[in-house]
Amino acid sequence: MAYLVRNILFRTQLTRGYKQFLFAGSKYFSSTSIEGSASLDADDDVPHFPGLKSKFTDKLEFVNAEEEGHIPVYRVMNRKGEITDKENEPTLSREIIEKVYRKMTLLSTMDRVLYESQRQGRISFYMTNYGEEAAHFGTATALDPEDLIYGQYREAGVLLWRGFTLDDCMNQCFATELDRGKGRQMPVHYGSKKLNFVTISSTLATQMPQAPGAAYAIKRSGKPLCVACYFGEGAASEGDAHAAFNFSATLEVPVLFICRNNGYAISTPSSEQYRGDGIAGRGRGYGIRSIRVDGNDLFAVHNATKAAREYAVRESKPALIEAMTYRIGHHSTSDDSTAYRSKDEVSYWDKLDHPIARLRRYMVSKEWWDDEQEEKWKRDARLQVMQAFGRAEKAVKPPMKDLFTDVYDEMPRHLAEQYEECSAHVSKYPNEYPIDNYASNE
Amino acid sequence: MAAISTCRFHRFLKKSMVCKNLTSSLVAKNQAKHASTFTYVAETPQTDGEVKRMNLFQALTDAMDIVLETDESAVIFGEDVAFGGVFRCTVGLRDKYGKDRVFNTPLSEQGIVGFGIGVATAGSTAIAEIQFADYIFPAFDQLLNEAAKFRYRTGNLFDCGKLTVRAPCGAVGHGALYHSQSVEAFFSHIPGLKVVIPRGPIQAKGLMLSAIRDPNPVIFFEPKVLYRQAVEDVPVGDYELPLSKAEVLMEGSDVTMVGWGTQLHILREVANMAKDQLGVSCELIDLRTILPWDIETIEQSVNKTGRLMIAHEAPKTSGFGAEIASTIQERCFLSLEAPIQRVCGWDTPFPHIFEPFYIPDKWRCFEAIKKMTNF
Repeated sequence: MAYLVRNILFRTQLTRGYKQFLFAGSKYFSSTSIEGSASLDADDDVPHFPGLKSKFTDKLEFVNAEEEGHIPVYRVMNRKGEITDKENEPTLSREIIEKVYRKMTLLSTMDRVLYESQRQGRISFYMTNYGEEAAHFGTATALDPEDLIYGQYREAGVLLWRGFTLDDCMNQCFATELDRGKGRQMPVHYGSKKLNFVTISSTLATQMPQAPGAAYAIKRSGKPLCVACYFGEGAASEGDAHAAFNFSATLEVPVLFICRNNGYAISTPSSEQYRGDGIAGRGRGYGIRSIRVDGNDLFAVHNATKAAREYAVRESKPALIEAMTYRIGHHSTSDDSTAYRSKDEVSYWDKLDHPIARLRRYMVSKEWWDDEQEEKWKRDARLQVMQAFGRAEKAVKPPMKDLFTDVYDEMPRHLAEQYEECSAHVSKYPNEYPIDNYASNE
Repeated sequence: MAAISTCRFHRFLKKSMVCKNLTSSLVAKNQAKHASTFTYVAETPQTDGEVKRMNLFQALTDAMDIVLETDESAVIFGEDVAFGGVFRCTVGLRDKYGKDRVFNTPLSEQGIVGFGIGVATAGSTAIAEIQFADYIFPAFDQLLNEAAKFRYRTGNLFDCGKLTVRAPCGAVGHGALYHSQSVEAFFSHIPGLKVVIPRGPIQAKGLMLSAIRDPNPVIFFEPKVLYRQAVEDVPVGDYELPLSKAEVLMEGSDVTMVGWGTQLHILREVANMAKDQLGVSCELIDLRTILPWDIETIEQSVNKTGRLMIAHEAPKTSGFGAEIASTIQERCFLSLEAPIQRVCGWDTPFPHIFEPFYIPDKWRCFEAIKKMTNF
């Protein structure tokens, strides 16, 4: 956009601008500026351009991204669940690790049940978290519960870690009267004020520039907290991602950008999403400290997030974590991923490099977990999920009035009239509307 | 002509010796064509308290000064606001309140509004500036899909009600396509937003204080041609003017005229012309808030006069005049004695050299009055 035009217009708005133009206009085109340069040292042969700190070169060389190499993937335990460097031994206690494992598998169980229920038409839509569980729990366990979180939509594990219950999830997906979102959004658009998790919206990357804004307010409040912002590698192509990275760096705010790079944005492979060194490779360009981690390794994700958080809060600066992982499930219930990728590819990640399996191997090697516990927990988890499912499916929907509330803090007159009109109409045609499924407006 | 004498530029030229040389008289000639098509009539403050002579941009600075003084969480940000803004609206505020409260952002409108939503969601007062309303569109997604829907979609768990987005709008004589637009109708179609446009300094200060303190996201469009031209005695104290409340500026019995922003001053002149030349009594209403708008005041007026004319700078098709016309037709069908008239910008982009033919000036509005009263 021709922003320069603004400055021209601005100048024409000012009397002083006219004076300069009319009386001293020639100044801009004369050689008088040479006098001004006398204060500069002629022998000082370094660049003085305000836009950078650098040096001159006599060689005509383009920067070659391919030759620069790639940011390595930080890993703590290998695919067998073995810690590769004792220095990196997780700081998480056995108790926490076991709790993480139970919640990871609970999420996976809920995913299976809700995915199937969508196939049966019992809920309208669902998105699973298969394969990305370590990215959720690894980051969530490293954050302070007071840190504000902005998500994309595939971060249910973060909520579960913070205390979001199965009932909370089910109430949202079934849009029951108990849904805190009042049944207005599609399934999996969770949110919780109590758990400092900003409600999900469908628009990709819009949460990204909001995160530095919230971080700015938090920084001014003096609280030693940060904001964590999750997004996929596809969303990182949006203009809002660019704005977010740049604002967070220039305004110096404590925000963690956590990218789940799972290889696909719906059907688009990452090779069609970008040509640079992934998302972490962009951090340097914005002046953001960045790291790439094995997103299927709970401990690698945790360690990186913990260090990034400490840095962000201490220095009041942003950090970028790119968690490399694989989207094992379909993009959503509206997608059949076999149309654009092979079953073998999916099977590799599911069978040979799954974050849950890797953590289980680690726990088994420590003798913290065995087959008997696994079987018992599987049954328990499934029971818990089915019970919550049953409660939500039977529950009544929110009152029709909630269609009209919360558009503004108070219902304006024109909306109140529309609410009355809608009520009167539905009362006149009660058999044409599913009123019995909804709570009373009183 | 009074209109010209109120223009700073021409005042300067008249005083200046340079005026006599060829270059500047050419400038004067060109500028004269673009000179104000209206006369700004200063209003009288409704107060016994202290007043100070301010133009529109100073009144806005004064409002923001009060907010920064009384609300420690409030921050102002946007492109070039730190040194005082390209229209001088934030002059002195950074020196007074610190660089963490009045600061420049990178040049990205979607970033500015997104950032502002975040500040507001975290509970602080966010006053974001978009340098020209013409450049608000990169932020349209953030305003439409995020700011406006935040409270609704979260079930009131979260909101960004502490966000106010300021943007200079409207014709300025020579702004052409991207420094002239009136974009309010795009935002009038967004449930969850409030859209406010003041007509002068007293109004601007009171409405801005209300907009910033309103617990809903508000877009505040500032008619940039009035920044310097509109000067009046503004109360120095802290006062608010209600949102969603139109104001009847002149009472009349034959025709209701509705406008907002700069157009209001054109309509004021048209009302006088109609009275003097046609003996027609016009009721002049400043809508002030585009969304949610004050249906009742317009409805009452039209039920009394039986005729309605709406005038706005923005293009006619789907302009906000269409919304007013259809609503009033629905509510006042039995009272209407003539078709509702809309005098608007043409359905073209806003042109540079053709601006005098583009804008809904007093002659076009006057002609519409004649047409309606002869119907």
